[in-house]
Amino acid sequence: MKHNGAEILMNCLIEQKVDTVFGYPGGTVLDIYDALYKYSDKIKHYITSHEQGACHAADGYARATGKTGVVIATSGPGATNLVTGIATAYMDSVPLIAITGNVIAANLGRDSFQEIDITGVTMPITKHNYIVKNIDELADTIREAFYIANSGRKGPVLIDITKNIQVAITDYEFKEPKKYIAKTVKAEDVKNIIKIIQESKKPLIISGGGIISSEATANLIKFADLVDAPVTSTLLGLGGFPASSKRFLGMIGMHGTYASAKSYNEADLIIAIGMRFSDRVATNRDNFSKNKTIIHIDIDTAEINKNIPATSSLTADANEFFKTINPLLVKKDNKEWMEKISQFKLKDIKTDSIMAYKILTTIAKMTDDNQVITTDVGQHQMWTAQHYSFEKPRTLLTSGGLGTMGYGLGAAIGASIGKGERNILITGDGCFHMNLNELATAAKYNIPVIVFIMNNNTLGMVRQWQKMFYGCRYSQTTLDKKTDYVALAKAFGCEGLTIAKDEDIEPIIKKALSINGPVVIDCKIFIDDNVLPMVPSGKNFEDIITKY
Amino acid sequence: MEKKHTISALVANRSGVLTRISGLFSRRGYNIESLSVCATEDDHLSRMTIVIIGDNYILEQIVKQLDKLIDVKKISLIEEFNAIYRELLLIKVSALPEIRTQIVEISNIYKAKIVDLSLNTITIENTGEPNKLDAFIKVLEPYGIMEMARTGVTALMRGDSCIKDLLDYNDLI
Repeated sequence: MKHNGAEILMNCLIEQKVDTVFGYPGGTVLDIYDALYKYSDKIKHYITSHEQGACHAADGYARATGKTGVVIATSGPGATNLVTGIATAYMDSVPLIAITGNVIAANLGRDSFQEIDITGVTMPITKHNYIVKNIDELADTIREAFYIANSGRKGPVLIDITKNIQVAITDYEFKEPKKYIAKTVKAEDVKNIIKIIQESKKPLIISGGGIISSEATANLIKFADLVDAPVTSTLLGLGGFPASSKRFLGMIGMHGTYASAKSYNEADLIIAIGMRFSDRVATNRDNFSKNKTIIHIDIDTAEINKNIPATSSLTADANEFFKTINPLLVKKDNKEWMEKISQFKLKDIKTDSIMAYKILTTIAKMTDDNQVITTDVGQHQMWTAQHYSFEKPRTLLTSGGLGTMGYGLGAAIGASIGKGERNILITGDGCFHMNLNELATAAKYNIPVIVFIMNNNTLGMVRQWQKMFYGCRYSQTTLDKKTDYVALAKAFGCEGLTIAKDEDIEPIIKKALSINGPVVIDCKIFIDDNVLPMVPSGKNFEDIITKY
Repeated sequence: MEKKHTISALVANRSGVLTRISGLFSRRGYNIESLSVCATEDDHLSRMTIVIIGDNYILEQIVKQLDKLIDVKKISLIEEFNAIYRELLLIKVSALPEIRTQIVEISNIYKAKIVDLSLNTITIENTGEPNKLDAFIKVLEPYGIMEMARTGVTALMRGDSCIKDLLDYNDLI
């Protein structure tokens, strides 16, 4: 059947079972928005306040549901406003399709109004990108983009469609989407790994975001039982292994637990799965693998030996790895080691005095294990990672790799839409101010997002570093903003509440949970609460700071 | 240990491919010694021959990161002992009539071809392995090199092996 390019885009989205997109209209996507108008019964479009918010929303939607996030923006500034959102998704391997319009092909390269070379701009932050200048290549390009975004190590793909292609007409025929099926792992490929595991006495598993994206949680639990090993997790891996398990040590790395640091130092074998030894995990790269046997499993072969050299490695999907290795493992018994681990866990510091901690534990107590938590970036993010007990995959949405302040609100909105459920955003007063314009979006669509602003009147994490390493010279981190969060929330059409003291915590959270719509809670916390423990950049796990 | 390595890649014959590849090198801080792009037997593919200087860690990373690019279809490391390397040189030497014969003689020894002659200059074409060209240039230096252009190395593996038969990054996942 004959369709124009914009309609072919709609049909290709429908092929991929996309029913939700985020975006912002503009000059070079007028035809796409005209098609969205026509296809509005099949594809629901959410307009945000800013393209960055739309991109984070598509990202949050993808992380919470496992589906592909789709964002649409116009050329020029619309496209460049997506950049931080695309980079965030790229660093955390989130499947995302960004669709941008561009000026008509005849005007390309002439510095036309709102013309930008967005494929050039996004080359380093996408898995791949396209500019479509031939109508007959449009449908297959979109199909290929979805496949690339969802295959292997997932990630964002951008498709730039010039305006003349959106109106050009050609034949369109429905095609069943090509589904990515991860390669199975052969028994012989895990032979050496099994041998190393059987010989080890003190194995430690590090679980990464790959566990969540390959849906390997059930098999990881089995694997940990067979190896009889404790499990620690990267930030993005949280939720991939149940936090309440006796095997779980909490997060590893710069703000990891005492138990994970201690266990790492004592372990003779590290089994790292679906993770990449970032500098926030391997705080001192040079010493990290000293006296250790390291088994590294990752879907991206370029991650093997990139940051930490592996003794033995396998390029594989985490779940496929477990499917092959689990039946071949002889159950181990590391009673002494597990005993030692439980002793380490007893020594984990308890930060009961911190108000953010009390708020987080109360949220956990008053919601169930399926509650999806979104964070921004900084102290509140680390407190959430340390103290919130994530039991299920896809319940923590956070910008790990890029560390994008301002990620949270858009992502929480997208996640709430994707799940059709309430989302809880933990943010700080610094992050909140970056993209608070999206409160308007939450109010417009009555999206049940509860925004907890851990308001300490400072950029807490930077202040902590200034305190510890820069002689308390608080350069530009004391915010002193005059924002009245309750009035601000109301002005946007949201509810506004305040937690000023411990006694407020329970009743205010209870009240927020009873409201069906967006709520902002100004949580007044102490300016000098620290995130501890901490292993400073470049230091070893022995140098862990537990008191300051 | 830092060493010279030659990488051969079949890449999609599409606009932007060169940017993707050179961008990757600058982004990750790898240095390119030379890079040449040429047509292949297949219209959809070009061949890139990239010479880099680095240790084994850098080499492994470059190959893997290049392989990850969607437009890089096949990639292989060219082992020196098992490959044919060639580079083309055009060189313009200052040559007044009285020393022309000397330059012609040198060119003959190096199996080079005189391709242009003016009153005061000679332009010579030479093909061969890069170190042969290095030696040739060195001998011509005293006469005054006015300008020269080297294409960079291009290489093929000897024997039956073809880059097309290798596995791609995507075959692993």
